[in-house]
Amino acid sequence: MNRHLLSAGDLDAAGATQILDSAEQMDAIQNRQVKKLPALRGRTVVNLFFEDSTRTRSSFEIAGKWLSADVINVSAKGSSVSKGESLRDTALTVAAMGVDAVVVRHPSSGAARRITEWVDCHVINAGDGTHEHPTQALLDAFSLRRRLGELAGRHIVIVGDLTHSRVARSNVLLLTRLGAQVTLVAPPTLMPAGVHSWNCTTSWDLDATLAGKVAGDVDAVMMLRVQRERMGRGSAGGDDPSRAAVGYFPTEREYAIGYGLSPARLDLLPEHAPVLHPGPMNRGLEISSMAADSDRSLVLDQVRAGVAVRMAVLYHLLAGADEASDGLRATEAVSS
Amino acid sequence: MPAQPFFEVSDHPPRTPGAKTVLQADDIARVLDRIAHQILEKTQGGAGVALLGIPTRGEPLAQRLADRIASFAGVQVGLGSLDITLYRDDLRTQASRPLGRTVEPAGGVDGKLVILVDDVLFSGRTVRAALDALTDLGRPRAVQLAVLVDRGHRELPIRADYVGKNLPTSAEEQVRVRLAEIDGADEVSIV
Amino acid sequence: MTGSGQPVLLRGVRPLGGATTDVLLAGGTIAEVGPGLGLPDGAELIEADGAVLLPGLVDLHTHLREPGREDTETIATGSAAAALGGFTAVHAMANTNPVADTAEMVEQVARLGELAGLVDVRPVGAVSRGLAGEQLAEIANMARSAAAVRVFSDDGHCVSDARLMRRALEYLRPYDAVLAQHAQDPRLADASCCAHEGELSGRLGLPGWPSVAEESIIARDVMLARHTGSRLHVCHVSCAGSVEVLRWAKSRGIAVTAEVTPHHLLLTCDLISGYDPVFKVNPPLRPAEDVEALRAGLADGTIDAVATDHAPHAAHDKDHAFGDAAFGMLGLQTALSVVIQTMVEPGRLDWAGLADRMSVRPAVIGRLAGHGRPIAAGEPATLTLVDPTAGWLVEPAKLASLARNTPFAGRQLPGRVLATFLRGRVTARDGAVPARPAVWA
Repeated sequence: MNRHLLSAGDLDAAGATQILDSAEQMDAIQNRQVKKLPALRGRTVVNLFFEDSTRTRSSFEIAGKWLSADVINVSAKGSSVSKGESLRDTALTVAAMGVDAVVVRHPSSGAARRITEWVDCHVINAGDGTHEHPTQALLDAFSLRRRLGELAGRHIVIVGDLTHSRVARSNVLLLTRLGAQVTLVAPPTLMPAGVHSWNCTTSWDLDATLAGKVAGDVDAVMMLRVQRERMGRGSAGGDDPSRAAVGYFPTEREYAIGYGLSPARLDLLPEHAPVLHPGPMNRGLEISSMAADSDRSLVLDQVRAGVAVRMAVLYHLLAGADEASDGLRATEAVSS
Repeated sequence: MPAQPFFEVSDHPPRTPGAKTVLQADDIARVLDRIAHQILEKTQGGAGVALLGIPTRGEPLAQRLADRIASFAGVQVGLGSLDITLYRDDLRTQASRPLGRTVEPAGGVDGKLVILVDDVLFSGRTVRAALDALTDLGRPRAVQLAVLVDRGHRELPIRADYVGKNLPTSAEEQVRVRLAEIDGADEVSIV
Repeated sequence: MTGSGQPVLLRGVRPLGGATTDVLLAGGTIAEVGPGLGLPDGAELIEADGAVLLPGLVDLHTHLREPGREDTETIATGSAAAALGGFTAVHAMANTNPVADTAEMVEQVARLGELAGLVDVRPVGAVSRGLAGEQLAEIANMARSAAAVRVFSDDGHCVSDARLMRRALEYLRPYDAVLAQHAQDPRLADASCCAHEGELSGRLGLPGWPSVAEESIIARDVMLARHTGSRLHVCHVSCAGSVEVLRWAKSRGIAVTAEVTPHHLLLTCDLISGYDPVFKVNPPLRPAEDVEALRAGLADGTIDAVATDHAPHAAHDKDHAFGDAAFGMLGLQTALSVVIQTMVEPGRLDWAGLADRMSVRPAVIGRLAGHGRPIAAGEPATLTLVDPTAGWLVEPAKLASLARNTPFAGRQLPGRVLATFLRGRVTARDGAVPARPAVWA
């Protein structure tokens, strides 16, 4: 049984489905007057964030607190490398306080994995560099499942800056494991290296894909944020020449024309197909306001789903026994 | 990358030899008839009553009782389910368990007479957890308990208001309840 | 640009230098090819007397100077020079002022070409914004525009930043476009370098432009083309070493093509001994060994195309000391004749080969439908009729360009264009183009 959640690939179909099912139950708590469940009472969770993220951090914090865990936020941004403290020392310092789980977000790929080598507590990857963001993929799958029903056999299209997207990688892993088919769409400069070995289709042509001409009819489209910095900066005097001044695409308007979810592109979608975006959105760049605010948009559902999904993840990692010894298998309640 | 199973999910224990049937299908039906009548009697005709089945087998039992009450007295009582997994006091003794469904009855639980419904009453810890879960759901005006079988060995001061059958057992024995909706047939046996 | 004109019967032509026959043009297409064709009513008759009929020539590399330097050439005057030179399509390079780096700009250039109505003007889009070599230009917008740009180039400047070159090659793949590189490593040959680096430049005291500045960029770029799977085209190849690299790259199946200018096929660097800037060009004229390698490369197809790099300049931009004068030579009206002299007459290319290098392959590289087509019934009547036996004297003042900077002034060149047809319309005839209303009335 897994102690950690580092990659969406850590979950098999049954495990992922269990989390989504539990999240359904957790979601109901948001409607209650008393938003509290006692399952994680006495457990301590630390949000160890080396990168700004109000959205994800608050989501984990609320999730932990609604399960009655004690949640602490440690903002390690700028504290570790710049002060000369190794990642190992930072992690050990936090773990030494006797925490049960560490939720880690770090700008370098693989950081969460490294931390598991040094600490005994559970580690949850809240986003490591451009590698993975498993809870995002889970909440995306949760939102999709609510709108579409079972995901097996569904065709999901993911559009945007795929080279720098941990969300894309996690989503491809999780959605394909749940039996869905995925198509990635981006200009060639934003396609990840080696993408032909991923378990998905790729295309440079968003219109053809949405119209069903590339890999069949589309059941949902997920737009990824395109950072404006990817456009490149002019080499004004003083810029560090080793940083890329060359952009991945020339102008915002050209990106929006080729790969933005415009009202016209929205009309290409079948009626039932929703629109997702992990946020924050660049309205007018990768997504038009009309698309973002339309009935198809699951953007706010995704945010809401984030808490329920993270509650489910925390519950399944922390609530049970730390070691599943041979004699103890999860059975139905023996003593009632 | 290869995925390891994230949870361990059990099969329902298969039928074993040496099992002794204590209630057959028609026994169970008669018992439920009686409980339904008793509920109607004790609640002045079922007004303001909500049945909450405790998953897994408490759910179909609650449904059957609600159907009988409607059939006997023409009263629609509130019907829902109350999952107690997150309120168990023994969460840390086993690997994490899958959650059951919690469904609030139409009309909610505030001010209602809630009758918890379960298949077997044993240590009482399940009911204790159900009371905690119920408190977080709302504020009933009163709570009662209906069980199909009471097998004794209470570890907490908990008692049932409606009992289908009192079944003295030794602690090593297991009481197995099978219901048509879940197991394909109705039967209570001791193993 | 429509209007197929009246039917035309070409009597006694030799298509691609083959057997003499007749060709009837009607409704914009070749209606019939065969001996002894009748003259239909209302048709114009041209007695060709064995003149050679070629598919209309396609130039991959022209500078039409509009917008920005209309004093030296306009799209209209450049189109006239092109038609008189036997061209039916020209690619107009992007280093105008303002630079052609947006959809709006290229659509304007295409529109002006249509208004002039003499050749198909295909705008080339810039690779980098403002040709600054830093950021991608709006390549996708230009490809998707009404101008349907398929050739992108920063010509005039080398795309020297490797990262930008790689991004650009990747970025233009969805549009089936080609990146045409001006191969000149600016760290090895900067803007002041104006003469082939060698014995001559040392003796004359002119900053040298070494061959390796071209060869090293081509070597890098063919590897980038292989890595990205994109199409690369090399402009105005001038060095033997470049031809060697291209030959190797093609043997490896890399998607690279190349062009050579007429002046690099004929002229050698000793011509600059008198410091006359009419011979100043980028890349510079080179020694005879390089000229021979270029001819051999064009003959065996390592070099795919002849492209003029037609570069008009005002007299006041050439009337300077050699090092200060502008780079560039006229080329549209003299190109065919120079190729006949250097390649056909010595037997290194037959007429079919010339048609391949000056029409068929350029049309494929530029993804130009309707040009470089076989001479057969049903094909577009986009043709050039040339008399290889007639010669002409190059007189700068009589050329159609507004500028006069031709390095062939005073030379007698072989081959005279008798007529040029664009989809059945006569766009040049006996040294004159049909009158068209001026764009700016």
